[in-house]
Amino acid sequence: MYLNILLGSVEQGLLYSIMVLGVYLTFRVLDYADLTVDGSFPLGAAVAAILIVSGHNPLFATLSAIAAGAVAGMITGALHTQFKIAPLLSGILSMIALYSVNLRVMGRANISLLRQNTVYTQLAGLGLSDSWVVIAVGVIAAVGMVAVLWWFLNTELGFAMRATGDNAQMIRSLGVNTNAMKIIGLSISNAMVAFSGALVTQYQSFADVGMGIGMIVVGLASVIIGEVLFGTTTIFRTLVAVAMGSVVYRLVIAIVLQLGLKPTDLKLFTALIVTIALASPIMKGKLQVALGRRKDGHNA
Amino acid sequence: MLKVKSVHKTFNIGSVNEKTALAGVDLQLKPGDFVTVIGGNGAGKSTLLNVIAGVFHVEAGTICLDGTILNNQAEHQRAGFMGRVFQDPLMGTAATMTIEENLAMALRRGQRRRLRRGLSSKEKHVFKEQLAQLGLGLEERLSSKVGLLSGGQRQALTLLMATITEPKLLLLDEHTAALDPKTAQKVLRLTDKIIDEHSLTTLMVTHNMKDALKHGNRIIMMHDGKIILDLKQEEKRQAKVEDLLQMFEQASGDEIANDRLLLAK
Ligand SMILES: Nc1ncnc2c1ncn2[C@@H]1O[C@H](COP(=O)(O)OP(=O)(O)OP(=O)(O)O)[C@@H](O)[C@H]1O
Ligand SMILES: [Mg+2]
Repeated sequence: MYLNILLGSVEQGLLYSIMVLGVYLTFRVLDYADLTVDGSFPLGAAVAAILIVSGHNPLFATLSAIAAGAVAGMITGALHTQFKIAPLLSGILSMIALYSVNLRVMGRANISLLRQNTVYTQLAGLGLSDSWVVIAVGVIAAVGMVAVLWWFLNTELGFAMRATGDNAQMIRSLGVNTNAMKIIGLSISNAMVAFSGALVTQYQSFADVGMGIGMIVVGLASVIIGEVLFGTTTIFRTLVAVAMGSVVYRLVIAIVLQLGLKPTDLKLFTALIVTIALASPIMKGKLQVALGRRKDGHNA
Repeated sequence: MLKVKSVHKTFNIGSVNEKTALAGVDLQLKPGDFVTVIGGNGAGKSTLLNVIAGVFHVEAGTICLDGTILNNQAEHQRAGFMGRVFQDPLMGTAATMTIEENLAMALRRGQRRRLRRGLSSKEKHVFKEQLAQLGLGLEERLSSKVGLLSGGQRQALTLLMATITEPKLLLLDEHTAALDPKTAQKVLRLTDKIIDEHSLTTLMVTHNMKDALKHGNRIIMMHDGKIILDLKQEEKRQAKVEDLLQMFEQASGDEIANDRLLLAK
């Protein structure tokens, strides 16, 4: 049974790691907290699911989901760069709009993919067992995405994107259109998030319009867990760390559920993880100040 | 070369905070001119550099470089032929990226960024040689993050980044003001050397009158958004700090009572 829990966590962690890498790209590289994720994840699921139930090839359905995510990110980027809407609000607007879009795409609140052809059943035909098929797909997708991002972030375009998140004024003064960088980055990020949504929906055999709620927080929690546990000395290391953070996050969730946490409290739990992680530098500082004062008190 | 013609720039037009920063500026530079720019706080020096670089658009007047009118070009479009160093050493470099990555981005100034490798090993050799010329030991630290460097080192690196492609125009806005005096002089010497080597056309804002007189072949003084003094070649060579102060009082009709202009004598 524990092996099952472990396998399940690894399966989910790998499939969600694509989303986490997308969140890393906006949150860390572009320094942009992008809430579009909550809408583009179910968008990927919705597009893949509706295409599969209407008889299309699962691979085609997945590629279409990726394209849809790219468009969603592009729209958020345009809202921010062309109309000067704040990053958070641009993401919220896209997220809310996508809720309606996703319902329209699906035509109903949820779609079952039971007994449908999926990317996994296609591979299972090759003679792998169910669980190993999912892990194989997850590993290929995660390793592929890490490799592609690593390559991309070391190209001229990737340099310009990293500099845009680091010091936009500086890279503008070197002739880069930082607005274009943000739009491209958001587009790639949400394409990855939608890809992840498409893989997850085929894995769990249903798509639900509510499956993206809190997805950004899950992404942030995984990014932070990965960075803390596995280090950020180089870009490659950070990418691997962040992808593994997704697996660790799923393991932690599985463990606390085993320990008796109610599934309905999961989002509260995830929000707590992120809050603690984001607050810790400041808390550390305050703690040191407090301790320092006490020491001074002793000295005086 | 550069032609700035009756340029006006007012901030916050129509509000209580309305402020005219440039009130009709005319300036022509010849190729290879190295102009130092002085003037009190709020005289409009930074704004002049910013409108040339395209950070702000002007309400009236034209800015023209080598026969091309720049008024409608965005900052990143003009950046292809202008190098800039800012006052704040943190502004000119990306702290989370390495020295060689920063230089590689500078080497691609104004070029379209593609999906080619951002940094080649051939470039690393070139960077190493050029960093060695700065004399700060940075050539041994190509793959260190820029955030680990001191202010002076970052400013020297920014200077190299601004000039590595030999831009048509170099804009320096008090680029040594945030450094300690010794480092400031070092960076100024480097500035002279680099400008000289490539005969770069340069506008250098400074608050230090001595530096303004010592460097360059021409000096302009700004006051209330206008150029009130313009000394070239021989006139400049003969001028002393006292002369500048006197000319400032005459030209502006003001006593120099207030600001850093006097302190920096
Ligand atoms: N972005 C801005 N918004 C509003 N007002 C501005 C802005 N930038 C400059 N100003 C105003 O324009 C005037 C000229 O400022 P500028 O920065 O060009 O002066 P400066 O000569 O560089 O002064 P300093 O020596 O202090 O750097 C000042 O009154 C300033 O308050
Ligand atoms: Mg200034």
